[in-house]
Amino acid sequence: MNTSQQHGPETSVMLGLVKRVLPHHRGSVLPGFRLAMGFTLLYLALVILFPLSTLFWKSATLGPAGFWQAVSAPRVVASYKLTFGASLAAAAINGVFGLVVTWVLVRYRFPGRRLMDALVDFPFALPTAVAGITLTTLYAPNGWLGAPLERLGIKVAFTPLGITLALTFIGLPFVVRTLQPVLESLDPEVEEAAFSLGASRLQTVVRVVMPALVPAWITGFALAFARALGEYGSVVFIAGNMPMKTEITPLLIITKLEQYDYAGATAIAAVTLLASFVLLLSINRLQSWSARLGSAE
Amino acid sequence: MSTRATREPAALRLTLTATALLFLGLFLVLPLVAVFAQALEKGWAAYAEALREPMALSALRLTLLTAAIAVPLNLLFGLAAAWAIAKFDFPGKNALVTLIDLPFGVSPVISGMVFILLFGRQGLLGPWAEAHGLKLVFSVPGLVLATLFVTFPFVARELIPLMQSAGTEEEEAARVLGASGFQIFRRVTLPNIKWGLLYGVILCNARAMGEFGAVSVVSGHIRGKTNTLPLHVEILYNEYNFQAAFAVASLLAFLALVTLLAKSAVEWRAAAERASEAEASRVD
Repeated sequence: MNTSQQHGPETSVMLGLVKRVLPHHRGSVLPGFRLAMGFTLLYLALVILFPLSTLFWKSATLGPAGFWQAVSAPRVVASYKLTFGASLAAAAINGVFGLVVTWVLVRYRFPGRRLMDALVDFPFALPTAVAGITLTTLYAPNGWLGAPLERLGIKVAFTPLGITLALTFIGLPFVVRTLQPVLESLDPEVEEAAFSLGASRLQTVVRVVMPALVPAWITGFALAFARALGEYGSVVFIAGNMPMKTEITPLLIITKLEQYDYAGATAIAAVTLLASFVLLLSINRLQSWSARLGSAE
Repeated sequence: MSTRATREPAALRLTLTATALLFLGLFLVLPLVAVFAQALEKGWAAYAEALREPMALSALRLTLLTAAIAVPLNLLFGLAAAWAIAKFDFPGKNALVTLIDLPFGVSPVISGMVFILLFGRQGLLGPWAEAHGLKLVFSVPGLVLATLFVTFPFVARELIPLMQSAGTEEEEAARVLGASGFQIFRRVTLPNIKWGLLYGVILCNARAMGEFGAVSVVSGHIRGKTNTLPLHVEILYNEYNFQAAFAVASLLAFLALVTLLAKSAVEWRAAAERASEAEASRVD
């Protein structure tokens, strides 16, 4: 943003003067660094880092063999597979439909568009427990959607399919809100140029528009996936929670805690945490990659 | 020609729009309608009854109390962190920004669990807390701590990019002209970030009032004592008292709608202000 354009001439002169008086000492004349930084670090340490560090302290009490046993028991591995698979499926569904939704919201005009656009954030704003009981009621065998599906022989509630649906609900805004600003910022002149050079609309979309969207698309997919891996509230009601069948990893952690198996719960939590950190680090890389791509254009 | 260049054929446009609307209708509109339909299933009297019940009222009070503590603290932190990160250069800045985002990568269940590991009976500080007569988990302080943890990044994460893009020149000019630190913040910085600040507070509040997983772990589910609204919904639902569960849930759904409305209003105001500023600079 060019700040000097938003002010009158006097301010511009003033800003120019400041720049000349204070070359390269960015922020050094501003007060409050020590206070702001001190409070930031203290608060971060007290509220986040110190509590999180107990995770490592507690898993260390298990020893390597105990740790391995806790994180590789058949019931635990079954929960990883379910959580990972359902999260991946939900992120893929959102990848496809999120792209369609974003395209339609950005490119087309129809009545109710702004309402739909605002509603995309609904899963962010709705408490997960409310989402959980609502989806369960909708897809239960006697529910609005569950009953007709049941007649077709499709069971949703209390099956992995229900878990996937809940995770799809939770993940939708991540894909749409990551793609939307990128698609909005694309210059239509590029598409017109491609068209005037003889490309068909399909070729233009596939060769010109999509490559610009891909980094944001993958980022949105990964964000939805990462969120789904740790999700609890929206899933726990619809899942049925049968060990080995429909028990997700976050629920297993709670079950272990309720049985006072703190070390076991911690070990599983450490694995979950590691998986989401690896994901988030890759997302950070992706975002800087897409930022570079954006600035190169 | 330009429409043919940037638009799909009408039939495809219609198909895509119908697909998107069907998907949004199925996944967003239908659940929204279902919450209120289920809440009113037995009529308005039963609905009001479920909300007037003493347990529901005490859950509402606790939810408001938790948010009233967590939101201002995280607002203060967000302002301090954004000021330090956006207005000054120091080594390790990127690492600090990553650390601030950390709670977003932690499952709500784990966010609650760490406080049990810390203050529970077998916890790191459990014996110390017990010796001092402090009950920090399965109690209100535990709920507040877990809520602080999960809502930690919301304000900071809105403010940091906003204050970074505003730069430091205006604040430096104010400093050179003799303004005090507080004056600089109130007169120069705050007007630039007020909409982002409000937006961050709205998101932080929505999450603070609606958090379920983390508070579920630390609450101990003591009725009338450590029950927030989302936990009360769970209890009612698990007792097969569906209508009452949805009545309380409808309050939270209403809060979500208010959040969306406020968010849209903030975005609209910010866009209008940007447009009028651009207009003003053209007149100059």
